[in-house]
Amino acid sequence: MMSTNMTTKKPTSSTPASVLKNLGEVRAMIKRHKLNDYLFSLIGLLALSLALLTLMTLFMDLVIDGYQRFNLDFFSNFPSRRAGSAGLLSAWVGSALVMLVTFIVAVPMGVAAGLYLEEYAPKNWFSDLIEINVTNLAGVPSIVYGLLALGLFVYILGLGQSILTAGLTLGLLILPIVIVSTRESIRAIPTAIREAAYAVGATKWQVVYDHVLKYSYGGILTGVIIGMARALGETAPIITIGALTFIAFLPPSPVSDVAPFINFEWLSSGFTVLPIQMFNWLSRPDHAFHINAAATGAIIILLTLLMNGTAIYLRYKIRKNIKW
Amino acid sequence: MNTASTMLTPSIDLTISPRLAKNVRRNIKERIIEFILMLAALSAVATTLSIVGVLLYESLSFFKTVSVVDFFTDTQWTPLFEDAHYGIMPLVSGTLTTSAVALALAIPVGTIAAIYLSEFASHKTREIVKPILELLVGVPTIVFGYFALLFLTPILQKMFPDLPGFNMLSAGIVMGIMIVPYIASVAEDAMRAVPMSMREGSYAMGATRFQTAVRVVTPAAISGIVAAYILGISRAVGETMVVAVAAGQQPIISFNPMESAATITAFIVQVAMGDLPHGSIGYQSIFAAGLVLLVMTLCFNILGHMIRKKYREHY
Amino acid sequence: MINPTTPIKAESRDLNFFYNGGNHALKSVNMPLYENKITALIGPSGCGKSTFLRCFNRMHDLYPGNKYQGQIVMHPDNTNILEHGVDPIEVRMRISMVFQKPNPFPKSIYENVAYGLRVRGESNKRQLDDKVEEALKGAALWNEVKDRLQDLAFNLSGGQQQRLCIARALATDPEIMLFDEPTSALDPIATANIEELMSELKQKLTILVVTHNMQQAARVSDYTAYMYLGELMEYDDTNTIFTRPSRKETEDYITGKFG
Repeated sequence: MMSTNMTTKKPTSSTPASVLKNLGEVRAMIKRHKLNDYLFSLIGLLALSLALLTLMTLFMDLVIDGYQRFNLDFFSNFPSRRAGSAGLLSAWVGSALVMLVTFIVAVPMGVAAGLYLEEYAPKNWFSDLIEINVTNLAGVPSIVYGLLALGLFVYILGLGQSILTAGLTLGLLILPIVIVSTRESIRAIPTAIREAAYAVGATKWQVVYDHVLKYSYGGILTGVIIGMARALGETAPIITIGALTFIAFLPPSPVSDVAPFINFEWLSSGFTVLPIQMFNWLSRPDHAFHINAAATGAIIILLTLLMNGTAIYLRYKIRKNIKW
Repeated sequence: MNTASTMLTPSIDLTISPRLAKNVRRNIKERIIEFILMLAALSAVATTLSIVGVLLYESLSFFKTVSVVDFFTDTQWTPLFEDAHYGIMPLVSGTLTTSAVALALAIPVGTIAAIYLSEFASHKTREIVKPILELLVGVPTIVFGYFALLFLTPILQKMFPDLPGFNMLSAGIVMGIMIVPYIASVAEDAMRAVPMSMREGSYAMGATRFQTAVRVVTPAAISGIVAAYILGISRAVGETMVVAVAAGQQPIISFNPMESAATITAFIVQVAMGDLPHGSIGYQSIFAAGLVLLVMTLCFNILGHMIRKKYREHY
Repeated sequence: MINPTTPIKAESRDLNFFYNGGNHALKSVNMPLYENKITALIGPSGCGKSTFLRCFNRMHDLYPGNKYQGQIVMHPDNTNILEHGVDPIEVRMRISMVFQKPNPFPKSIYENVAYGLRVRGESNKRQLDDKVEEALKGAALWNEVKDRLQDLAFNLSGGQQQRLCIARALATDPEIMLFDEPTSALDPIATANIEELMSELKQKLTILVVTHNMQQAARVSDYTAYMYLGELMEYDDTNTIFTRPSRKETEDYITGKFG
């Protein structure tokens, strides 16, 4: 098949001995360098494990310290002066209600803002300004949001130290998260789909609503879940609002059996949330309360890990399933 | 035709076709929707303005009582005492010390982890580790506060018997561990962006993985790596719960991590938890402190942005 | 005709190659590389010429799942560089490569050229200076950069960057230099410069060049190999291939009827 004359080999100009000697030195040096490779992998693995191990140790520590409180009473009791009978009832109800308000504040506004920036905004200084603000806000420490809430919501607007204030504050806090994930999900949609929709005569809003939103809602949901997990664990802004830390009551129920059946009194009620309750118990010198704090911490970690884990899993599934 | 009938029965047919009328209505609807969406987007600007507005408003009242010079030069911060002092430096030193400890841990560990993940780890390992790093980022900081106070401090006290129960070392270390996933994640992304052709060029010269990673990939990704560091610094400076729980409440000027001290953030928390009459100097002081904090983090963010723009490699 | 007494620097023996996933990219390729000669690999896209080239410096090892079968033997030491026990790093220290798109490092011109030496542990400044100068001269770049060795390599033009990459590959005194379509990203003048360079370089070392430009192969090489679908279709001295090819397939490709 080949038309070549294979000739007999002749040695090259350098003698075999000198080439081989060089090879020997080269091989020794390579061995040394590869040792560095190996050592570094060990160190690298160690570095990675540090974060991972810490998380595990942390979780284990909380569980071990707090396990005696893992019973139904803990969830259905109010805080009390006696550590043994103190419970999380007001805290987790408060957390749920605050997160509800946060969701209502952050999601519609965040998705709308993301839609505007991706689909409508012309490329000019105006939209640049908005983008810069979003990026900046993501880097503002959470306690500054608390100061904003204290100065503006609590006093100037008179909303008081209430669930409404807390929800507004956290909503603003996670707004950048929702905006960014909305934008990224929308960007992942190819222009071809939009063009197809326009080609049959749809208006811009119809394209956005029926197509863009529909295909990107998975990614948006991922961002929302991550944002809500963040809101669940945030302590600093809520403390700054002045969340009362010994709350032995529940906010008024949103539903009642007299007309008009739904009321909003609960929005202006005092409240506490899970991380604050943990902080409060942690700050007491009495070791018995530390056990409560540990149990609360374990629950908080579990919840945030579950939520974040769900979001990551969701994103993974979306990426796998996209067949443009 | 007389004028009367002209006015009663116009000769020009002004009715538009139903289809065109529908278009006009749709058009108006579209514009309204766009306007609403724009308002939503402006919320970001509104938030920034509100934050700056509130902080400035209260700080200006504060500075009517306290001179700016005193604010930056007084060595004591005791706004709630009879003999009140309003020097921000103790709080700043607390913030800087805890952050320095945190970054001394987080920057090396985070960078090494990033290099390992990007250049050494197998594809499978990366697929598993990256989500875990993301999970770590989501752990609430109050939990880390617990860890610092009740787990790490006792251990450190066995090593350093003079260590107070509240100290900046423990808080700083835990803060560092907390920041490692941030730095590792962002730095790793920056390194992955370096094109394979550059690595091939290095390997073709007979370099090992370690040599390629350190001599070629890291310098190529340096702008992203530095951005990661700046992100970490910002995070450390703004952190509240870990230091509020574990570092202490005493504002003192000290750069010794073995002492107990308050950071800007811890102070704000401490005051907010107490009873402060609205409009009092103590109330205003937290806004002044918050303003300093905001300016610090903003400076770092801008610095990071500029560095990234200047050194961004265009592949 | 091939001179029967020309020494062989390296040769592939029954070389097969499988990409990750099973693609049988090289089929029983037997080919010599004559010492101090330029051998060109031509063929249509996907014929396996780059794959073959990259076997010589074990580039495929960088990506998991690839498999070599057969041998590539280097002389005079008779080492099979594809053997498991042979370290690819060792191979790459003897055989260097110039890539299709210039890929200088984010370093100064000096440091780019010195890279290979530093990787080998050389740190003596005088040695480095000498070698860098020698390499840059060998790549016909010295006069253009001698006054700005500390400048970033990225600031050079495309043609200069490619010559810099050649200098970098030269600095370590390789026995074989591999060129993977070295001028496809360059303008005609830069191309001519590099072709001239290759002709000079062959006096010191052995060159294997992959090119999709037949005229380049005809201009520059001593021996040419025509590959198609992973097989070596024909191999002969360049003159013969381009004037009296033995196989119809070769002739079709050369005359443009195919590919």
